[in-house]
This record gives sequence, structure tokens and C-alpha cells, in this order.
Amino acid sequence: MIYPVGGSFLRPGAPWWSAIVLAFVLLVLAPRGLDLALQYDLTSIFICGILALSMSFLWGGVGILSFGQTIFFGLGGYGYTILVMNTDASLMSLVLGVLVGGGMAAVLGYFMIYGRINDIYLSVVTLVVTLIFEKMVRATSGPEYVIGSVRLNGQNGIPGIPGLQLPFLTEPLSIEGVFWFAGGALLLTYCGLRLLMATRFGRILVGIRENEQRMELLGYDTRRYRLITFIISGGVAAFAGGLFAVWGSFVGPEMFNLSQASLIVIWVIVGGRTTLIGPIIGAALIQYLTKWLGTVGVGQVSTVMGAILIVFVLLFPRGLVPTLGDLLSRLRLAQVAQRSLKDAK
Amino acid sequence: MITTYIYLIAYAVALLALISLGLSVIFGMMKVINLAHGEFMMLGAYACVYCSSLGLPFWASLIVATLAVGCFGLVVERLLIRHLYGRIVDTLLATWGLSLLLIGVSTAVFGPQARSMPGIPGTVAIGGTTMSVYSFVLIGVTILMMLVTWLIATRTKVGLVVRGTMQRPDIAGALGINTNLVYMGTFGFGAAAAGLAGAMLAPLTGATPLMGAAFVSKAFINVIVAGGLPLIGTSLASAMFGTVDAVISYLASSVAGEVAVLVFAVVLLRMLPQGITGRFRRGF
Amino acid sequence: MSIKQCPGNRWTIPWKNKQQGFDVMNRRSFLRTASGALAFASGAGLLAKAGLAEEPAIKIANILDATGGLNVYSLKQIKATAMAVDDINAAGGLLGRPVEVMFYDSQSNNQLNSQYTTQALLRDKADVVLGGITSASREVMRPIVQKFKGFYIYNSLYEGGVCDFRFMCPGLVPDQQVQPLIEYVVGEKGLKRAYILAADYNYGQLTAKWMQKFIRGLGAEDVAVEFFPLDVSNFAPVLARIQDVKPDVVLSALVGDAHMSFYRQYETSIGKKSIPIASTTYGLGRENAVLSPDENEGLIVATSFFDDLGTPAASDFVSRFKAFSGEDDYVGEYAEYGYRGMMLWAEAVRKAGSVAADAVAAAVGGVSYQGAGGLYTVDPQTHHLTMDVHIASGNRSGSFDVIKSFSQRAPTDLQAVCNLIENPTDTTQYEPSL
Repeated sequence: MIYPVGGSFLRPGAPWWSAIVLAFVLLVLAPRGLDLALQYDLTSIFICGILALSMSFLWGGVGILSFGQTIFFGLGGYGYTILVMNTDASLMSLVLGVLVGGGMAAVLGYFMIYGRINDIYLSVVTLVVTLIFEKMVRATSGPEYVIGSVRLNGQNGIPGIPGLQLPFLTEPLSIEGVFWFAGGALLLTYCGLRLLMATRFGRILVGIRENEQRMELLGYDTRRYRLITFIISGGVAAFAGGLFAVWGSFVGPEMFNLSQASLIVIWVIVGGRTTLIGPIIGAALIQYLTKWLGTVGVGQVSTVMGAILIVFVLLFPRGLVPTLGDLLSRLRLAQVAQRSLKDAK
Repeated sequence: MITTYIYLIAYAVALLALISLGLSVIFGMMKVINLAHGEFMMLGAYACVYCSSLGLPFWASLIVATLAVGCFGLVVERLLIRHLYGRIVDTLLATWGLSLLLIGVSTAVFGPQARSMPGIPGTVAIGGTTMSVYSFVLIGVTILMMLVTWLIATRTKVGLVVRGTMQRPDIAGALGINTNLVYMGTFGFGAAAAGLAGAMLAPLTGATPLMGAAFVSKAFINVIVAGGLPLIGTSLASAMFGTVDAVISYLASSVAGEVAVLVFAVVLLRMLPQGITGRFRRGF
Repeated sequence: MSIKQCPGNRWTIPWKNKQQGFDVMNRRSFLRTASGALAFASGAGLLAKAGLAEEPAIKIANILDATGGLNVYSLKQIKATAMAVDDINAAGGLLGRPVEVMFYDSQSNNQLNSQYTTQALLRDKADVVLGGITSASREVMRPIVQKFKGFYIYNSLYEGGVCDFRFMCPGLVPDQQVQPLIEYVVGEKGLKRAYILAADYNYGQLTAKWMQKFIRGLGAEDVAVEFFPLDVSNFAPVLARIQDVKPDVVLSALVGDAHMSFYRQYETSIGKKSIPIASTTYGLGRENAVLSPDENEGLIVATSFFDDLGTPAASDFVSRFKAFSGEDDYVGEYAEYGYRGMMLWAEAVRKAGSVAADAVAAAVGGVSYQGAGGLYTVDPQTHHLTMDVHIASGNRSGSFDVIKSFSQRAPTDLQAVCNLIENPTDTTQYEPSL
């Protein structure tokens, strides 16, 4: 069986728009009903959702499987941290952190895409680069590794990052504030990417994903489109990294490491790579599960996680959201069929 | 001085080739990325420690561990990998799940603490530097393992059938070859190679549930850079990376050695996007 | 014994609550689930006997890594904390109330440390937070405890320097530990040329500096300092370099499972008989219980506790812990840290007459407890311990023999910069100027 790499991303209709409005309303109202600890957990899930989006946009959109979204995630986090601790201008630092990630994506993407590194080889180059960053950051524990006034601290990471200070507010964002900010960021990123996929640009990406050679023969410079997508995706991942630093007040080399890198791929596969919403749901499920398992006394959490992943890939190879979507449309079809059967009678 | 270099390089190359061969057979022949490779090694290490604690001599423990992990590989192929051929990304997820599962189960069964076993004791002094006998044993076993793999693949009927099946499964099937059996056997062989690697490492690093993680990314990069041919590719890639690692680790530090290897890998892939042996028309 | 779930998903196992009293078998069945069970509360029988069954429980949040790469350091400590709680309850509880531990498995993942600390303080209303193994996880948890005005006990040996009113560390810090070790190895044994190997992170970097400082102070020479990332397990290059340099002694601050390979590879090439090894970290990850007699024999360590310390208190602790956990292997320093941290906190609660974090933080300074490794006193100025430091040498039975003990070493270096009596709002982690 061959499963599609990505969806077709047609222009969204009224149900989609009403769902988005509903989500915004829910987000605004949510803190009234949730305790702070839950808001804190949900915020981390929002951030993972943005990270998952960056991956699914790249993979589901144009068919590039990057194993190294963590490069940009980590750079965004470290970029934000170093800038904010040197300048105290936190919003500015968040934006610059995104640019750092996007810049790195531009360099790396140019190097790979114009070097005709494809498929699994591209995945591996991104993986290797993220491991290089991890090793280099880990090797900075000595006091000589300082950028401005910030010590990089190697293995231990940088703790105590100041909160996000938005313009017109007197105090840095509270847990509730970060909840709103990250939730809003997730929704906006999702809408932005989803709408982008429905534009002419998005159609070209889908074309490249389905058949790059044909698109090239039609006169499109596919490398340029792939590079632009890679840069956008890197920027989104870096944005998630910056938000992660805001959320937890810490960054560490584990942001770059292999298990974080595979985790992103897992989120996308679990949620379903043919949609943009799937990976967000995948990230939420896996993150929630990991945390919940740690408090219910299952013994070794990895045993349970491993078993779930195996069962999942055997039973829902297309991912959760597409499988459920299929189920729904099949049910609807059955209903229609029944109704017409009745009418015929 | 020069002997020290030769020793360090030979040791680093052998170590890398040892931990990569199983992965490279499975990837090169079947296009399956086995993220549980490190855990197969871990199982080999535990099997070897267990046999040795029963009083079996070192060599016997090594053979038992290799066979045990090979059998385990057969079971995994039958239950899991079989359903996922041709879906490279899904095998990635499934084997990652398997890796987590094996880590969890082995922590529950064996505990988190490392288990040790004696290797082959003794030291050799060459040019003022003392080296352990065991490191020479490791180099020897690696060469032997590569040799055996090469002989099986190129000089036996089985090897011919396997290579044929990997290239054109449809034609092999039409010729009456049981391709399922071939896939299963190849995966089992790769697992056994991983088991042997783990067993060889047991006296050096001990057996711990998490030992696989330290090796899997190295092996993975080595295999991808090697390109399509499991044996020639792995040997060449190990030779290059091992040399870079040993020389830079000795002259500078371990971190510098590791980073140099990774940078070298990226540069190699930039120049040879299909891996070192990607353009090779023939060979194994 | 009963196993209770964390608040938030509170359900109890009914058939476990019915039992009256308990025996060794019950303890064992409890601990089989203990590696992952959520909350350890003492059995109903025990609480009834102590007259505590009716009171609301005092809640202790223990956030440690039962899963993942750091669980070697955590698993025994989780049980030791549970045992301490049991002992406190058997002795009548605290302020007439029973004590209960809520356990959170942070899975060697700092993000979870952060989420569980928040959950413990805000949702589960923990009276005190214990846990974190690495310095990274501690620095993630500490600001959260600060923010929500809790009290935090970090049961670990670390690089030192944390000066925080809402924080207490019962573990060793470098100046306390390194000085006796160097005095013995360099001063008494006269091994004048030292080759230093350390794990490449803050602890290793700082410990190496302390080593250099004390070595130079004794007029000896540190011939080389090298740092290793935590995942390095091939030590062939450094073994060759050590042989080139030919030092008198190798000093190690290597950490974790991968680094344990160093001791194996050292013994099969150079050997401690030709160049001895002294270490600040050996034994913490229970290396001595894992390595062979040859690899363990003669390795010199400085520690605040090990199983064969030889004092009645130590033997008593070890035998009670083995009975409690149902495990017969080496217990080690990290387990004892868990027990001593809990007992010191209990003393502080008694002194304060309250479990409120502010009152405990104010009372903890000066509290002392006669524990398995000697007398522990919380230094009021730094919230670190003054304790005995023992120099010991590995033996052939997987443990150590005492060589000599340095009585009541205070965290003097930290005292020079940190004074929580005068400046309770300080939360800095100081770095020694070396």
C-alpha cells in the first residue's frame, strides 16, 4: 500500500473558518476554567504544536523530511535567550531569534537543496547538523564561553531566562499571559500556513511534492520553492524555540538532541502528515501521555510509550486525523447510501 | 609514537565498523532504517554477560549472544518489520517504538545498573605504550566478521540469492525463491551482527539498558555516508571516520574528535550526495 | 502498605488498604510496584498504631528520574525517601499528622521537571518539593519553587554555590570534598604529579579547578586537565596520552555509565598498581558494585557515606534499607542522601512547629540530625551541610575500606560569599573565584 505524503490543501470553507473562530473564543475563555498548572502544561503543548507544524508544513507540504527541525528549534531558543539576557528587549529578541533560525535554514537549505541532496540523505544531513550543534553546545561548560554577558553553560543549559515583556504592559507575561500568547501564536501560525497552502504558492509546493520533475519541465524553479519552504519552516521552528524559552525560562542542549528530533517526527506521523492539524493533535497526545504516564506509576514509562508507538504504526499507518477523517466520511457515505436506499423504496 | 597512532586508528576504525555492520546490512539490503539497532546491541551485551556469569568461556558467550540476538531479529522481522516494507518512515517509527520498549523492559528486568563481565585480560607493551590485549581481539573479531560477511555474500549460493532478491524481488519470486524467507534471514543476520557488536562491547562498557543510544547515531551516520553497498561502503566510511576521530581525539580532545567526524560527514555528503558508494555499479 | 495515586487522578487500590499491619512480605510487594508507583503512604495499620489515621496528610513531592539515563542515581533514592517517610510515621508522624510522598517520574527530561514542579506546588499542594538529579534540572525547578514560595530540597552532590533561602542541599560540594582528598593523595601519599579527568559540564569543570587549586597549594603539579562529554565510552586516546605524560596519580571526576568504561579500560591497559586513581565521583553511580574486584581495588574516594563505613549507624541504615527495599545489593551515597534530606526537613518542621514553607525555610538553619554517615548540621548561612568526610579505598568485595575521616567539614567556600541570615532574598548561584 502506498499512502499519500501530503494532503491536497484546497481553499478552506465556512466550517473551517467557524472552527477557527471557535478556537479563538475558547482560547480567550480557557484560563477562567483551568488551574495554573494545567495552563502551564497546555502552553507547552501549544509550543510543541507549533514545532510540529513547522515539520508538517515542510514534509506534508513539499515532501522534505527534515530530521533536524531541532536545529532551528534550539537556535531559536538559544538566540532568544542570549539576546534577551543581553538587551532586555524581549519581543525584539523573539523576532530576532526567528531570524536566526530562518537564516540558518537559508544557509543549510541552500547548501543541501542546491547541492541536490535528496530524500533520506537530506534527512541525515539535517540530523548530523543537529547533532553537531548538540555536541558543540554541550562542550561550552567552561567559563570562557560567554556571549555578551551570558554564559553558555554547556550541558547545564541556561536557566533563569526573564519573562516576555510585551509593549504597553508594565509587567512580564504571567503563566496566564504566556498561555494566551502561545495559544494565539499556535492558531495564527496554523491559519497562516494553512492559508498559504491554499494560495498559488501552495499549489506549486503540492505539485513539487507529487512530481518534482514534471514541475521543473513546466518551467518552475523547484529548488527555489523548496528552499523558501525550508526557510519558512525553519523560522516557525525557531519561533517555537523562542516560545519554549519564554515558557520554561530555560534552554539546554537537549533541545538539539536525537530524541527531541525523533519526537517531532513521531508527532507528525501519529497525528497524520497529510493534514496540518494532525501533527498538532499528535504533539498534544504524545506530550500529554508522557507527562501523565510519569505520574501514574507504570514503572518504566518508555515501555508503555514504545508499545503504543508500535501498535499505532501497525493499526493507523496514516496517522490519527486522516484515519478518523476517513472513518467519518465513510460513515457519512453509508448514511447517504442508506437514505437513498430508503428513498428508492 | 607511530605505533600509538596505528593502534588508535585501527581500534577506532574497528569499533566503528563493528557497531555499523548490522545496521548497514539491514539498510543497504532492505532499505529499512532500524532505530532499534542500538538496543539489539544492548541485548547482545546482556546475553553475553549472562552466559559469562553462568561460567561459559568468553568465546562461547560471544557465539551464544550472537545467535540469540539473531533469533530475536527473526522474531522482530516476522511480527513487526514484515508489515512495513517499502514504508521507510513508518519503519523508523516502529523501530523507534521497539527501541523504547526494549529499553523499558530491560530496565525493568535487569535494573538500571550496568552489568560487567571479564573480557580477555592481559596487556601488550609496544614502544613504551601499554595496550590491552582485548582491543586487539576486538580488531581481530571485526576483521573476521567483515570477512565472513563478504564470503557469504559473494562466494555462496545463499549470498547470490539474497543479493538477487534485494535487487529485483519480483524476478526472484518468479524464479521460485521464497522472498519472505530471504528478507527474514537478512534481517536476522543484521540483528546477529548487532548482537555480536554488543557482546564485544560488554567487557569494555558493561551492559546497560541505555548503552545503545550512545552508538546508534554514530552507526547511523556511518551507514548513510557509506552509501548503498553494505560491506565496501561501511569499511571505507569506518576507515575515514575512525582515522579522523582517533587522530583528532589524540591530538586535541574527544569533543573535537566527535565534532570533526560530524563535520567531515556533512562535507562528504555534500560532495557525494548518494554516499561514498552511491555511484558504484557493482560490489557488495 | 498502600499505594495511592497522585491527586488529580486520585484512586486508591481498595484491597491494599484493608490489610492491618504489615510484614516483610508486604513491604516487598509494595516495593515491586515502587519503581514507578505514584505515592507512597505508610500502611493503614502503621498509621492506626501511631494514632495518625484521621489527620490530613503532609504532602511531599518527590520529582526524580525513574526512567531514562539518570535513573541509576534516582531509583535507590526514591525508595530511601519512602523509607524515611515510613520511619517518620512509625515514630508518630510530624506535628501529629501523617506524611505522604507523591512521586513524579521526570524521565530524565527537564521539561517534565518544570511541569511537575508547577503541578506539585499549584495543583497538588505539596508542602515540600524534593528531587532533581542534575544541576540543569535543579536550576529548572528552583526558580519555580521561588515563584510559588515553596521549599526545595536537592538531594545530590553538585558543583556548589547555590545560595537560596528556599533551598537546602544535603549533598557534598567540591571544596568540602576535594580538599580532604587532595590533602590525602598529594599531601600524605606524596603523589606530586596529577592528571585530571573530568566530565564535561559545570560540576566537572569546577571540580577540576578545585583540584588544581589544592594541588598547587601543596606545591604539587597538575600535568593535564581533560574533559569528556558524558557519552564518551572509548578512552583509548586518553589512556595513550596518560602513558605519554606518566603522572603519579590520575584524579577522576567522571560521571555516569559511559564514563564507567574508563575504569575498565584503565585496568586492562595501565592499571592502578602502576598509577593509582583517586576520584570525587566514583561510587555515586554505584560503580564499585558493578566493576570487577580488580577494577575496584585500591581506588581512592572521598565521600560522606558508603555501606561499609563501619559505624553502628551506617550498618543499621544499610540493613534496614535492604529489608525495606527487598534488594540485597550495595546501597550507596545517593540513597542515604534521600533519607538524610527527608530527616533534616522533618527536624526543621518540628523546630518550626509548622509545615508552611516560609516557616521551614526560616527554621532549617542550625537543624541537625545524627545520621548514617555521622552528624549532619544545616549551616544557617548557606543551607548546605556541615558533615564528616571519609577517605576510603575500594576493596575486593565491591565496597570500600575507611582510610581516615575528616570530622565536620563546613561548606567554607560558600560561606565566604553567601549569608542567608543577613540576606534571605539572595537566590544566586555563586561561582568560586579560583
